[in-house]
Amino acid sequence: MNQRHLFAAGIRDGIPICLGYIAVSFTFGIMSKNAGISVWEAVLISASNLTSAGQFAGLSLITSAASYWEMAVTQLVINLRYCLMSCALSQKLDTRFPFFHRFFVAYGVTDEIFGVSVGTTGKLSPFYTYGVISVAAPGWVLGTFLGIVSGSILPARVISALSVALYGMFIAIIIPPARDDHILRYLVIISMFLSLIFTVMPVLSRISSGFRIIILTLLVAGGAAWLFPVSEEVPDVSTEHGQQ
Amino acid sequence: MNRNIYIYILVMAGITYLIRLLPLTLIRKEIKNTYIRSFLYYVPYVTLSVMTFPAILGATANPWSASVGFAVALLLAYMRKSLIIVSLLSCASVFLVELVTGL
Repeated sequence: MNQRHLFAAGIRDGIPICLGYIAVSFTFGIMSKNAGISVWEAVLISASNLTSAGQFAGLSLITSAASYWEMAVTQLVINLRYCLMSCALSQKLDTRFPFFHRFFVAYGVTDEIFGVSVGTTGKLSPFYTYGVISVAAPGWVLGTFLGIVSGSILPARVISALSVALYGMFIAIIIPPARDDHILRYLVIISMFLSLIFTVMPVLSRISSGFRIIILTLLVAGGAAWLFPVSEEVPDVSTEHGQQ
Repeated sequence: MNRNIYIYILVMAGITYLIRLLPLTLIRKEIKNTYIRSFLYYVPYVTLSVMTFPAILGATANPWSASVGFAVALLLAYMRKSLIIVSLLSCASVFLVELVTGL
């Protein structure tokens, strides 16, 4: 596939992300309005941060007039999972592309854009990720804008339905390979089970979702790598499960 | 003390971008270590699983519509339907369940 086709494939896979983003950032817009943030400022936050949990936390820190240091540390802690994702992407990116592409791809390392990018067949072309970003990021900004200018443009039912778009996408990425590979199958089941335990257990449930992701990723992926090292004959992480 | 919102935004965006950028730029070569390679191979499956469940159950107006959306997504993904089909039909099923039950 040439770069134009990859960009187009990225746009197609970016559509569900865009819809999911509109639903989530809509809520961010409403909360920004309640916090007394202007439309321009809220849109600027969404466009420059492109992250959900970090922005929600940032908003509450801005409202409480927290120190800049507090803001920096909070963002670092909440968004640390992106570090793991970028490590994985550093191996997935096609090294034949010039180095500067990594600076643009980095902007788009969100849970969702990472998810589809890492799920593609073979090495990752930055143009695929650009395609995804070109639809997903405007959705994130548009949702913020809509949320802040009017809390009632989208009916609650539509927001509710769109809220599963991102999860549906994650499932579409992990299930097909898990169907074929029994190690991945158990990995998915164990990860979901432990995530449930961390959500409902008294002490564990106090751990924020960002840290839950980091802890379980280190634990489960670390354990799996130790017990089931991937053989050298499988040089690429996902040769047999690209998006169609 | 009145703080400047633009400095807040700069700090937020700057830190978030650096977290994303540094691993991508510092790890330029292919990692040879089997353990690290295997770890990075497993990372997406674990993170995406952990992010999806049980969070999906609380994403919609009620756990019932969310459960149906979850089941529909699992089934369609198992049938190897494309990303957009899985995602949109999952949304549609949530919408229908909430419409029919009136919840």
